[in-house]
This record gives sequence, structure tokens and C-alpha cells, in this order.
Amino acid sequence: MTEVVLDAVHVRHDDREVLRGVTLRLTERRVAVIGANGSGKSTLARLLNGLVVPTSGRVLVDGLDTRRRGREVRRRVGFVFTDPDAQIIMPTVAEDVAYSLRRSGLSKAELGTRVAAELHRHGLADHADHPAHLLSGGQKQLLALTSVLVTAPRLVVADEPTTLLDLRNTRAVADRLAGLDQHVVLVTHDLDLVAGYDRVLVVDGGRVVVDDVPAAAVPAYRRMMA
Amino acid sequence: MSPLHRLGAGTKLIGLAACSLALLAVRSPAAAGAAVAGVLALYAVAGLGPRALWSQVRPLRWFVPCVVAVQWATLGPLAAAVLTTRLVALVALAGLVTLTTPTSHLLAALEGALGPLGRVGVDAERAALVLALAVRSVPVLADLAGTVRDARRARGREHDVRAFAVPLVVGSLRRADALGEALRARGLDD
Repeated sequence: MTEVVLDAVHVRHDDREVLRGVTLRLTERRVAVIGANGSGKSTLARLLNGLVVPTSGRVLVDGLDTRRRGREVRRRVGFVFTDPDAQIIMPTVAEDVAYSLRRSGLSKAELGTRVAAELHRHGLADHADHPAHLLSGGQKQLLALTSVLVTAPRLVVADEPTTLLDLRNTRAVADRLAGLDQHVVLVTHDLDLVAGYDRVLVVDGGRVVVDDVPAAAVPAYRRMMA
Repeated sequence: MSPLHRLGAGTKLIGLAACSLALLAVRSPAAAGAAVAGVLALYAVAGLGPRALWSQVRPLRWFVPCVVAVQWATLGPLAAAVLTTRLVALVALAGLVTLTTPTSHLLAALEGALGPLGRVGVDAERAALVLALAVRSVPVLADLAGTVRDARRARGREHDVRAFAVPLVVGSLRRADALGEALRARGLDD
């Protein structure tokens, strides 16, 4: 089990307060975060792997403080960004997955086998040696997800991973996330995706204003935005 | 897979360096002809047709006429032909290395070659990563340029250089930020 604890977290950028006092304990396998643009959702997501550290308060992942143990935290927490083009680092598909394993101590042959198996599992085997820029938007996001999953993180945080995708690819990425053994924290604007989740947080004005099951949280969010 | 594809990346890079030195010695039309024949033979060995060859030298199509014109005027037609042939042959050879070698192998060869420089403070892994990022960023920025051009056209400002340059620079910097974040998320500095 993975446990994420936010303890009285405030985040300030310059003089703007992005998060103002968030205290949470997340242990559910599926947690969704919804809220308007600029509400602080993305910052909340970035706190979980130490990309953003709190201005005050602290964030613990399995007891590890993201401020001091960022490296171990990032090994446990994989992060999927909105725009896969920003996340794909290497020129070809297989190379990008291999980059995630560069410190794994595997031999070249083992690395190749592992990468091939992982690409096969995610339906990208035919594209292994293709330049990443020739993939479709949906395939790019699947590649980004593959490169995250190959390191076997315990928690996957996804920041609006389907915002740039069409309906079919949104389904593909959402299904992939739903089928993971790992814990998932999904930030999204697509309210249909959160239905099967264990817990939904509604963020507004830098605070978590609703924290409930989807059947209660989603209608509450709709009322707030009406 | 041709023999050229199977050859190690390091060997090919050294071979390319040797060929470019040899090309410097080409002074006569006969030697230039031999160089062209050599290049064509190597493309044939690699199983690559004229189209692949053209795609590699195509970027020179505006540059070559200018060079020829200048050399013709200063050195005469024969020297112009020989010098230009050398240039095109070299670009074709470099293109051949790119076409027959996965980027990752080139980067690994570079990393291996830079390895001994680690003692004087050169981080070979990071140097190779920078190159990989450069290769990766070309299509991403080309995409961005296309988007900016479309946006400019949609707003009827086709000839406004500033309406192209400003969003392109701002967009590139945003992408650089996002890439930095992604590198951190994937444990670059850990």
C-alpha cells in the first residue's frame, strides 16, 4: 500500500498563493482531482513527486519527505504530463523507454528484451524504431505512460493526460490507467473518467473544497460551476 | 540489414573522418569522379536508392549554385566542379552514416569516446543526452513553427515577422521549461 500525506501545505509563487492549507491522507488506489483552470490542481499533482515543494507544510510519500528525499520519492512516483511531446526525451520510441531504465544495471541485451516486452504490452511494438514525432497524439501519450510504467513506480500521477486527445485515445489512456495495479492520482477535466474512482477531490481557489465519492463530489462540482 | 548497417557506430564515425580527410586530397577531375563512384557504391552496399541519396544532399540545393558561382569566378570552372563535388560527396557520406546508424548507437559511441575525458570534468552521459535532446527537439520545434505560421495566417498577418518570431520564441521557452520538468520527473538529477 502507498500512503501520501499532505500536512498543512501552502505553495506560493511570487506573491500569489496557489495552494492555501491543504491537509490530506491518500491511501485509496484510485484518487481523482477535479477543479477549474487555475484552481491549483496541477500544483497539487506536482507536490506528490517533489517537482514542487511546499512553501510551508510538508508532503510525505510512504513517510519520505519530498523536500529532503526527492530522489527516492520520484523513484516511487511516476508522473504523466498533459503534453507527451514535452515528456518524450529520446528521438525514437524504444530509446525513450530505455532511457527510463538507464540506471537499472541491466545488460544491453536484457534492456532490449525488457523494452521490447513493455512496448508489446502497450501495443507499440510495431513502432519501436520509429521516430517519436511520427506517432499520433494518442500513441505519444501511450509511449509516455510506457516510459513511466517500465520503472515500476508504486504510484502514478497523471496531470490531465487526456486533455489533448480525441475520444478514442482518451478511452485508451483512461483504460490503461484504470487497469494498473499501481495507485493512481488522476487530475482531469473529463468528469466521465472519474466515475469508477474511489475518491474525488474538488480543488477551488487553492483549497480542497469537496472530498467524497464520485457520486457526491461530481454533482457538487457541477453545482459550484453553475 | 546491410554490412554497413551492422558496422559499429564508432567505426563508421572514424571512417567518415578518414574519408573527409581523403576528400581534401582530391584535386583532379578523375579523383573527384572516383570519389563520386565510391559514394554511389557505398549507398548501393547499404541498399539505399537514389531517393535516399537525394534526401541527404537536398538541403544543399540552394547553397551549391552560390558556391559554384563564386568558385567559377575566382578559380575557374574545373576547380569549381572538383571543389563542389568534394562538398556534396562529404555531405552524402555523413548522411549515409545517419541513415545506417540508429541515433542511440551514435550517442553511445560518443559517450564511449568522451568517457576518458571524465577525469578532466567532462560528463559524457550528459553530453550525449544534450545531443539526443537536440535531435528530439527538431521535429517538436518544427511543429511549433507550423502552428505559429497557421495562427498568423488565420489572423491575416502573413508578412508580419514579429507575429511569427515572438510566439515562436515564447513557445520554445515554454517547451524548454516543460522538458526540464519532465527530465526532473524522470530522475535526471537524482
